[in-house]
Amino acid sequence: MARGAPVTAAPRPGPPLWLLCELTYRCPLHCVFCYNPVDFSRTGAELTTAEWLRVLAEARALGAVQLGLSGGEPLVRDDVETIVAAAHDLGFYINLITSGVGLNESRLEALKRAGLDHIQLSFQDSTRQMNDFLSSTRTFELKSKVAALIKKYEYPMVLNVVLHRLNIDHVGEILAMAKTMEADYVELANTQYYGWAFKNREQLLPSRAQLERAEAVTQRFREDNGERMRIYFVVPDYFERRPKPCMNGLGSLFLTIAPDGCALPCQAARMLPGLQFPNVRDASVASIWYDSAAFNHFRGDAWMKEPCRSCPEKTKDFGGCRCQAYLLTGDAANADPVCDLSPHHHLVTEAVARAERPYVSEKPLVFRDHR
Amino acid sequence: MNTVAPTAKPAIGRGLRLQWEPAQNAHVLLYPEGMIKLNGSAGEIMKRCDGERTVSEITADLERSFGATGLGDDVAAFVAMALEKKWLEVRP
Repeated sequence: MARGAPVTAAPRPGPPLWLLCELTYRCPLHCVFCYNPVDFSRTGAELTTAEWLRVLAEARALGAVQLGLSGGEPLVRDDVETIVAAAHDLGFYINLITSGVGLNESRLEALKRAGLDHIQLSFQDSTRQMNDFLSSTRTFELKSKVAALIKKYEYPMVLNVVLHRLNIDHVGEILAMAKTMEADYVELANTQYYGWAFKNREQLLPSRAQLERAEAVTQRFREDNGERMRIYFVVPDYFERRPKPCMNGLGSLFLTIAPDGCALPCQAARMLPGLQFPNVRDASVASIWYDSAAFNHFRGDAWMKEPCRSCPEKTKDFGGCRCQAYLLTGDAANADPVCDLSPHHHLVTEAVARAERPYVSEKPLVFRDHR
Repeated sequence: MNTVAPTAKPAIGRGLRLQWEPAQNAHVLLYPEGMIKLNGSAGEIMKRCDGERTVSEITADLERSFGATGLGDDVAAFVAMALEKKWLEVRP
């Protein structure tokens, strides 16, 4: 090898410690930043309860231990309680990721009894609902009701708010609302640009000034309010110079099962071309994880191109995000263009530069919907 | 570092779960969306933290189980660290 780090063949990975079950793509909301595939309505039939239980048992036998139940809105399904009970008996630590729509007291009581460990309440902002939220009307009442229930059943109150150009200037109000709801943790997560969010990127990417203001407001809120409510502010990676170690490398820890049983190394990976993602209806979780071509493809670093291949940082960031590389450059094996060593980095800096313009609605937002 | 009273009765922190994972050949501490893999001695201490036994009783049990003596300082230091990280809590 001429220089830099040696290239290693795909190592046999450890177990898929993190299992994310996207129980359904159905959702009562229409968020413009949703990372679900834009053609979600064309995917096959959802796994049945029995099929989900088999997936859980097989993954747990491999050593999976953290379970995420998400969607879509998982509570659209009426078997979440059954799935939670089975997962609990298997020894999973169970996280429910929900908008709170469909979560009433009898369901929460049943979920608690079934062994649900943790709830993350996401704030369903679409711009239509943002005003609603900020004016303390319907959405806020729903969230408050759900937040009170979550506390009543002794879960920590974890609120996740997706930030973007159209709401990031309201961070102060959002934090004040979260405080009123007695949130224990607030994650202010800037939009990641996949799926519907990528489609709407030009309208959603904030300007640098907006971002800096929001960070300053957050910092001031922390100083004024102390540690009782912990706030995490996640900067959009478009503003970074090195990529995130996405999924800790595809196929190393994370296994996502899509509603139709399609097994993915990341919930956004379905868009990657040329990979035949296996389905749990056709193969065991063990053979999918260890033996399938799709899961082995991005293991190790033999798939990498320059500048990643010889880069000493490749063991730290694994070349960044494959989906972002594909979406921006057309080749999933390229360096994530967030990296300023990437020859495509200008695609990111240009998008950031375009975000500096004053907001003009030249292009309507595309609300997530069936099509 | 904080000191821990020998009469304190530590328990696993709220919302956390300790369990043995055969696939990792280790005790792990599970918390929302994360996991800490414990080394052998940390696992042995943590699994005795049931909110019923005092730190001295836990130490005595460990010394008996492993035929060792003088573990008191190590156990107290670990418990203090774990309390600070909220892996453990002392319920009123």
